[in-house]
Amino acid sequence: MTHKSIRIGGLTRVEGEGSLLVRARGGRVTDVELNIYEPPRFFEALLRGRDHTEPPDITARICGICPVAYQMSACQAIEAACGTEVSGPLRDLRLLLYYGEWIESHALHICLLHAPDFLGYDSGVAMAADHRHLVERGLALKKAGNELVAALGGRAVHPVNVRVGGFYRVPARAELAPVAERLRRAREEALATVEWVAGFDFPDVEHDYRFLALHHPAEYAILSGTIAVSDGTGFTAADWPAHIVEEQVPHSTALHARLDGTAGYLVGALARYALNGRQLSPLARSAAEAAGLGPVCRNPFRSIVVRAVEILHACDEAIRIIEDYTEPQAPSMPVEPRPGVGHGVSEAPRGTLYHRYRIDGAGLIAEADIVPPTSQNQARIEMDLRHLIEPRLDLPEAELAALCERAVRNHDPCISCSAHFLHLHLDR
Amino acid sequence: MHAHIVIGIGNDFRGDDAAGLEAARLLRGTLPPEVPVIENEGDPAELIEAWTGADLAIVIDTAVSGAPAGTVVRHTVLGPSLSRGDAPQPPPAIQHASSHALGVADAVALGHALGRLPRELTLYTVEGADFGLGAPMTPAVRRAVEETVAAIADLVPRSSARLRPF
Repeated sequence: MTHKSIRIGGLTRVEGEGSLLVRARGGRVTDVELNIYEPPRFFEALLRGRDHTEPPDITARICGICPVAYQMSACQAIEAACGTEVSGPLRDLRLLLYYGEWIESHALHICLLHAPDFLGYDSGVAMAADHRHLVERGLALKKAGNELVAALGGRAVHPVNVRVGGFYRVPARAELAPVAERLRRAREEALATVEWVAGFDFPDVEHDYRFLALHHPAEYAILSGTIAVSDGTGFTAADWPAHIVEEQVPHSTALHARLDGTAGYLVGALARYALNGRQLSPLARSAAEAAGLGPVCRNPFRSIVVRAVEILHACDEAIRIIEDYTEPQAPSMPVEPRPGVGHGVSEAPRGTLYHRYRIDGAGLIAEADIVPPTSQNQARIEMDLRHLIEPRLDLPEAELAALCERAVRNHDPCISCSAHFLHLHLDR
Repeated sequence: MHAHIVIGIGNDFRGDDAAGLEAARLLRGTLPPEVPVIENEGDPAELIEAWTGADLAIVIDTAVSGAPAGTVVRHTVLGPSLSRGDAPQPPPAIQHASSHALGVADAVALGHALGRLPRELTLYTVEGADFGLGAPMTPAVRRAVEETVAAIADLVPRSSARLRPF
């Protein structure tokens, strides 16, 4: 039995950094440990004692890629605690802002982080040298998302216009017209992106996923709804703590989430598509069908196609909202603090994001709990790796290491601010 | 399209990694109003978007090179003497220092591949020491930020005069 140890200088092309340890012995994988460090835990402590109006701005700083997701889950949790629900044009504007973030995030992941895996490049930069127009198209898509976020949020990164109850300022109808025009071009670019990524060569891998995603009766859920699970069960945001329990695992500083006692469920693009695919816009639905996705996609490598379809859907829906938009009478609804607990769930680009706050009698945050998508997917990513690696242990180590990195990137994990090394240890 | 642009890069919640952002904040209001000052938290696409077409982009980022904390180094990543076809060379100290998936070195390389770089690119690096989550900036780095701000404030008006058409 030989022992080999390989160090790779970084788990690259994921948002943030992480480390991975794989041990195999006698033809069997014995350990797979994805080790990430989670900033949300730090932020939970930071939030205690703050005014109930502050979490949307503070938690938006957790991630430079999905601040809107943090703002939306935070706002809805606080509003729920205070007995308020934002509806009508203000809710539409929130959706619109969120679509902008989906476009930004998915475009970046597809074109600079994930596509190089399929075209044989070790980075988006290397790919850009040979496929300039494809990367330019990705950046153009991302820019359309940026412009949408800036129009609603005040700026493209870390929007500052969101508040509990709505916005500080809402755009006039005329202000959104050029954004819609830009989105119409982005829609064409998104359609071309779906067709492009659908033609990639995908490893023949399928996993028996247990999917979890938000579900809304009237829309492909992104902003709000109830939680649906692919085994047919479901629960409300307020029941989240009764179903999702996080536990410490020895190898990671991050918590691992269990769903009704079982680890390894999946959130994110594949889960949303499996549970809500019929609610995609007609154009996105037909693009998904033409891309060969079928009603459920269990091949994680194909998640790049689902993300492209979601960009198309986001463009489509954003255009529809702008066309139907009427300015609300006020930029926000009044939200009076009261003692209580509120839960907020939304679909970050990477998956379901849960916030819970307990507000005290003085309107201050007494407790905060944030469950990000990556901690929910961590156990499932480890399972993906185990299944993928075990039949391929004879591959050269460099190839195996590259495959491991690809398997992690399939789920677009946001592993901000952690150690920057991937270790692959092989005992075999 | 701007003659000059100043971009501070960093992360406010990672100790000394906030140096670039802090420098940008201090420079805003100090520099002439026609010079945009941008805070960037690790989005390379936004960097490329911001500096495309500029005559001079000044970027401030934290570095990890092994030098004493607070060491400020000015690098000419892309200068008038560098031919447009040559690949720009960001210093090794920032190659892996970013706390995000893609850092300034990637943005420079990507901008080069796409033909979207400023005419000149000057990078100021401030050597960081503590990148702990929620850590304050170390005093030496804070002093270095002020030093960098003063250097850039001196540089920009002169450059503006040089580059502006008569």
